[in-house]
Amino acid sequence: MGEATVSPSVAALRTRFGGAILRHQVSCGDTIVYVPAARAHEILAWLKDDPGQRFNYLTDITAVEYRDAERPLEVVWQLRSLARKADLRLKVELDKTAPLVVDSVFDLWKGADWLEREVFDMFGISFTGHPDLRRILMWETYAEGFPLRKDFPLRGHFSRAEQTRQALAANPEAHYSLEELSIAAAYDELPADMKDRLAHGERGRVK
Amino acid sequence: MGLTQPEGEAGTEVSSMSPNWVTTRLDALANWSRANSLWPMPFGTACCAIEFMATAASRYDLARFGMERMSFSPRQADVLICAGRLPFKLAPVIRKVWDQMMQPKWAISMGACASSGGIFDTYTMVQGIDTIIPVDVYVPGCPPRPEGLIYGIQLLQKKIKGESFLDPDLRQEHMVGPEGLFLPARKIDEVSEPFGNSVHQTRSA
Amino acid sequence: MSTRTLEVSLGTATLDPLGNVITAPLGVQLPAYPAPQDDLGGEHMLINIGPQHPATHGVLRLVVELDGETVIRVVPHIGYLHSGFEKLGEYRHYNQIIPLTDRTDYLSPMANNVCLALAAEKLMGITITERCAVLRVIACEMSRIISHIVWLGTTGIDLGAFTPFLWSFYQRERIYNLQEAWTGARLTTSMTRIGGLMADIPDGFETGLRDFCRTFPKVLQEVDTMFTRNAIWCGRTQGVGPLSAEDAINYSLSGPMLRASGVDYDVRKDRPYLGYETYDFDVPVGEHGDIYDRYRVRLEEMTQSTRILEQALDRLERLRGAPINVADPRLILPPKSRAMSDMEAMIFHFKQVMEGVRAPVGEAYLGVENPKGELGYYFVSDGSAKPVRWRIRPPSFLNLAVLPKLCEGVLLSDVIAINASIDIVMGEIDR
Repeated sequence: MGEATVSPSVAALRTRFGGAILRHQVSCGDTIVYVPAARAHEILAWLKDDPGQRFNYLTDITAVEYRDAERPLEVVWQLRSLARKADLRLKVELDKTAPLVVDSVFDLWKGADWLEREVFDMFGISFTGHPDLRRILMWETYAEGFPLRKDFPLRGHFSRAEQTRQALAANPEAHYSLEELSIAAAYDELPADMKDRLAHGERGRVK
Repeated sequence: MGLTQPEGEAGTEVSSMSPNWVTTRLDALANWSRANSLWPMPFGTACCAIEFMATAASRYDLARFGMERMSFSPRQADVLICAGRLPFKLAPVIRKVWDQMMQPKWAISMGACASSGGIFDTYTMVQGIDTIIPVDVYVPGCPPRPEGLIYGIQLLQKKIKGESFLDPDLRQEHMVGPEGLFLPARKIDEVSEPFGNSVHQTRSA
Repeated sequence: MSTRTLEVSLGTATLDPLGNVITAPLGVQLPAYPAPQDDLGGEHMLINIGPQHPATHGVLRLVVELDGETVIRVVPHIGYLHSGFEKLGEYRHYNQIIPLTDRTDYLSPMANNVCLALAAEKLMGITITERCAVLRVIACEMSRIISHIVWLGTTGIDLGAFTPFLWSFYQRERIYNLQEAWTGARLTTSMTRIGGLMADIPDGFETGLRDFCRTFPKVLQEVDTMFTRNAIWCGRTQGVGPLSAEDAINYSLSGPMLRASGVDYDVRKDRPYLGYETYDFDVPVGEHGDIYDRYRVRLEEMTQSTRILEQALDRLERLRGAPINVADPRLILPPKSRAMSDMEAMIFHFKQVMEGVRAPVGEAYLGVENPKGELGYYFVSDGSAKPVRWRIRPPSFLNLAVLPKLCEGVLLSDVIAINASIDIVMGEIDR
């Protein structure tokens, strides 16, 4: 693969943001930059809009939890500049003892919509500013937890019979109401008790 | 033939009719016509659905066996072919589709995932659709070759031809029980346990 | 008008708060009409398409809010095929993950196998042999053809044209014959290994593939004649579901969806792998991003794939007898005969099977140009034989997310057509 070359974006980032760039490394030819969670959105926006960077394509958003329980959770953004044919990987470390929250980049790249929902579903990391953060792969009232966390066993927490019972009890048409469709557009106008229900992961019921 | 005894009747089992030449001829006619005109309800989820499509295409041609018309409406279908893996999120859907099908109906579990969970012994996967709906024929394979599926269909046809309308258990609807399960909980846990090499495959690192 | 007035005056009907007539048989007391907020308002209809539906291309559920025949909003619900692939990958050695990749995008299994091997090889810093690279290119392009054939057949069915499905599926069977001769399986091929391939191509494979490349363009020509200037096809696909280039980039689309909108981004050209920069092929790019452009792009891609296959076959002739696996006994299983007789070979065999091949500490992301778009595998390793994290960056997942935007204000039948044009495979979306 050749020698490990650091992406020129690292130097540009350090010039622009200074100490906010915590550290960087190169792994298998890819450059990875670590930034604090509070500055992530600002840095990503700059990477997208700055004429020297132009990372206009969001390849992926995901999260990583290590087997070593003391290492923090990482949220990973893979960015690409189509015009400059350059890649960059940005990471934020989230302490597992604190609330797992980071800013959403939905306002920068619309592709972040479902990607962030999946990270929420699989890891329990919330993205503030996301228009409609709810589970996407598991059903919305899924009670077993966040599957890709390391403390979640491969076969799930509950017994197979209990999983089957919960699955059969979920009415497939229960999430088929105007409430759900309106959430993104009119969340503020929903009544307080419905917001409360939604906050607990419950979705609408069909009459 | 789906009628059950009303409550309070004495428990003597006297069949109303004994098998004779007339009933066997009627059976043969009904079973022959049913077996050779099974309309499948393709409940295709994953890779097996692609092999199902290939079986229905011109090279293997399911239409030869009477499965000319795929019925995507359960109301008009005879046999539900679950082709592919079934996650728990899809379990109430297949249960509802199965309940919507009208008797006489059969189910073919196509592929390893539908039969037993396959390679997916994970938090999301139903370990065999027979924990959700009653299954008549299991077709192993990952995915089963079209010839394998055709063999499974022929086994079902054989099974149908062996049916008799005098059998009181024949057209019973097996609904989801009062505690929300189709099979008893103990049975589901028993068939879902990993065995053999699978026991070692739930260890990470 | 007059009927309505008559009904109201006879007392057999009342008006609900919205002004619609409610009728009841004579003598029946109508109950109090329920408050409007309990009802949808009587204007918009909510219908549910799927998850079991012939036209959703898998277990996709679309909840559509309709005003008559016009779509107000479409909400896709996915996750009905979520199988826990990424979780399962953390419990498997790198070579054991290869069979899992067949089952994600099951329409182009060999391409996924190749992507996984390339990603793991990037993580471990392995360079494959030249013959292996050429064979992997052949695998990828064969997969591109069969995936686009499924798309073509099923989209034709969705729009009402059934016959090209049968024509093209027969061609698919020819590729399946070749896949089966090479790997033993029609669909779940698992053909790559870290550092090489499961097996070299058998005798007759090259002749069979050349034969396919010679006759396949004629089938494409037939399909082209059937569709490209067909009034019904054009009426249903031109101008339907257009997407601008800026939106396509912002929504992280990839593959034919992105190129049909006019963005010239193909991973094979921009970030070449397997020596794609040495092959002579064109990348079709559309203009409007509607269904018609996506159709033209995919059709042309199949022709270009045939071109690449012919070039790859020419190279194979030069590389006859060359090795397909790297010469590293820690990585590649020794031949069975040696493993049974030679002590060292037996130890290498034992270590690879029981412990698996360890990857160095690090991480790697590799994207390839899959038929559906850019498929990326992201491995994070802590030095053990099983990855800490295996992330699949699924092209169809991101491509499907743009469906609500494309379906604003179209007719219901266009929703089916647009959904078909995105070319999704639920195994990859839900993983």
